[in-house]
Amino acid sequence: MFDPDVLTMLGRGLMESLYMTLVSTALAYLFGLPLGITMVVTDKEGIYPRETLNWILGLVINLLRSVPFLILLVMVIPITRAIVGTTIGTNATIVPLVIAAAPFIARLVESSLKEVDKGVIEAAQSMGASSMQVITKVLLPEARPSLIMGGAIAVTTILSYSAMAGFVAGGGLGDIAIRYGYHRYQTDIMLVTVALLVIIVQVLQELGMKLARIGDKRK
Amino acid sequence: MNEEHPIIKIEALGKIFSGSDGDFAALEDINLEIRSGEIFGIIGMSGAGKSTLVRCINFLERPTVGTVYFDGQNLSDLTKRELYHIRQSIGMIFQQFNLLMQRNVLGNVCFPLEIAGVDKKEAVEKAKKLLSLVGLTDKTYSYPSQLSGGQKQRVAIARALATNPKVLLCDEATSALDPATTRDVLMLLKDINKRLGITIVIITHEMRVIEEICNRVAIIDSSRIAEVGRVENIFTRPKTSAARRLVFPEDRSMENLPGKRCCRIVFDGNSSFEPVIAGMVLDFRQTVNILFADTKNIDGKAFGQIVIQLPDNELTADRMMEYLRAKNLTVEEVDGYV
Ligand SMILES: Nc1ncnc2c1ncn2[C@@H]1O[C@H](COP(=O)(O)OP(=O)(O)OP(=O)(O)O)[C@@H](O)[C@H]1O
Ligand SMILES: [Mg+2]
Repeated sequence: MFDPDVLTMLGRGLMESLYMTLVSTALAYLFGLPLGITMVVTDKEGIYPRETLNWILGLVINLLRSVPFLILLVMVIPITRAIVGTTIGTNATIVPLVIAAAPFIARLVESSLKEVDKGVIEAAQSMGASSMQVITKVLLPEARPSLIMGGAIAVTTILSYSAMAGFVAGGGLGDIAIRYGYHRYQTDIMLVTVALLVIIVQVLQELGMKLARIGDKRK
Repeated sequence: MNEEHPIIKIEALGKIFSGSDGDFAALEDINLEIRSGEIFGIIGMSGAGKSTLVRCINFLERPTVGTVYFDGQNLSDLTKRELYHIRQSIGMIFQQFNLLMQRNVLGNVCFPLEIAGVDKKEAVEKAKKLLSLVGLTDKTYSYPSQLSGGQKQRVAIARALATNPKVLLCDEATSALDPATTRDVLMLLKDINKRLGITIVIITHEMRVIEEICNRVAIIDSSRIAEVGRVENIFTRPKTSAARRLVFPEDRSMENLPGKRCCRIVFDGNSSFEPVIAGMVLDFRQTVNILFADTKNIDGKAFGQIVIQLPDNELTADRMMEYLRAKNLTVEEVDGYV
């Protein structure tokens, strides 16, 4: 059953999954990181309190996060078509992945940055640091280990979301699992794809933890 | 030292925190002048408003009313940029040290220079000089998590000095340290004051910190300044009840016993404490009230001082003082205690 064709297909699925996951993660951070920083900074206890803005952004994040991914996948189809030109395949899956992951990442970033000791921020301000300097020289570097851990959580979550995209022919391992396992009852191929997904999650998670630990000077 | 020139001048300052459960006046009608080159203490009970006051000095907290002048400049008049700039002239250290945990010691001391836009090489050079000043050259590449509390505070001091400030604000800088380390850090601050001529403002709730290094002290009590003066004056003749509470924290009955005579007995190791007082009480068949005692027993010898309240009878009181003098003790009558 594992003839070269199947192996090639699995290999391509693996590459597609990794591609979707990594590109989506990168793009989601592009939006999620600044959003998370803004949430922390504009908090009423933050260094640049703007309560209304903070409330609105929080609401948007919560709304996006409360839509189940499969429904979001369908809801954003018009947007996907407008951006990518098609609604199937890996590139088309990246759009809903980014929309779903960015608010999730914003919350991860927010909670990491909130762990930074208020006293250290105050010390920086007492030295004349501007708000921007507090962000770039205190908040982000001091939260680095926690941000990396968050990154590992984000990337593995996005991977599992990407597998769900198989339901709409989104490509990748999830797509294969659904086509063979669900539609054709070829359980063995499905199991192999699931095993591959498990391995990727494991590797990424371990890698993230290790990176976070190496970078952490708190001991 | 220029005795006349106030480096910090606070006028009619007030700070109100508005919370969900109403307004709270953390500071009311504060007027203070801190002179260039002095070590100025601000002491008060927990919650009196000390931290709020010191944070108003560099505008980490904006006063609700009143004015703060730093080196002649009204801080309220400054733009954000100008304020950032002036903060480089006001170093600050904290009870919890507040070091950057992900930077090593050198990186921490370079930090304020980085913020000020100083060239990297120059910053490292300066930082190393400061680390040698605070005696931590061997810890240059250690991380804060590898240091003791006293060492962390030294790093914080070096960091606060990096931008050549004119004033160093210390908010409970020794409160997390043991007595020996406290003394070391205080000596370092004294040395910095003397050698670099930096004005130091010390916030504390411990009288011994004030005694140890301050020239003048302000007592802050429930949001207001109760008393300001030279340390020795406040310490021997506190005028307000707030000051007395701080100087003699042990005694709560004093305020109810006005007009009695008191005397201070200084022990300098020539005799031990208990036999003297006990013997006197036995000889005179009269008890005395011990208002304050701060003595240490070293090898059976007493060092330190106690303040006792003498009996009502003038004659007995006089004779008790004579008795103590006869034991070769330094005895002086003090009048501000009750
Ligand atoms: N941001 C704030 N919002 C509301 N109330 C505050 C705030 N900061 C301080 N306070 C209140 O102001 C009062 C004075 O606080 P402050 O921190 O200045 O006291 P402190 O003298 O430094 O006390 P401690 O010795 O415990 O540090 C306290 O009652 C405190 O609850
Ligand atoms: Mg305080």
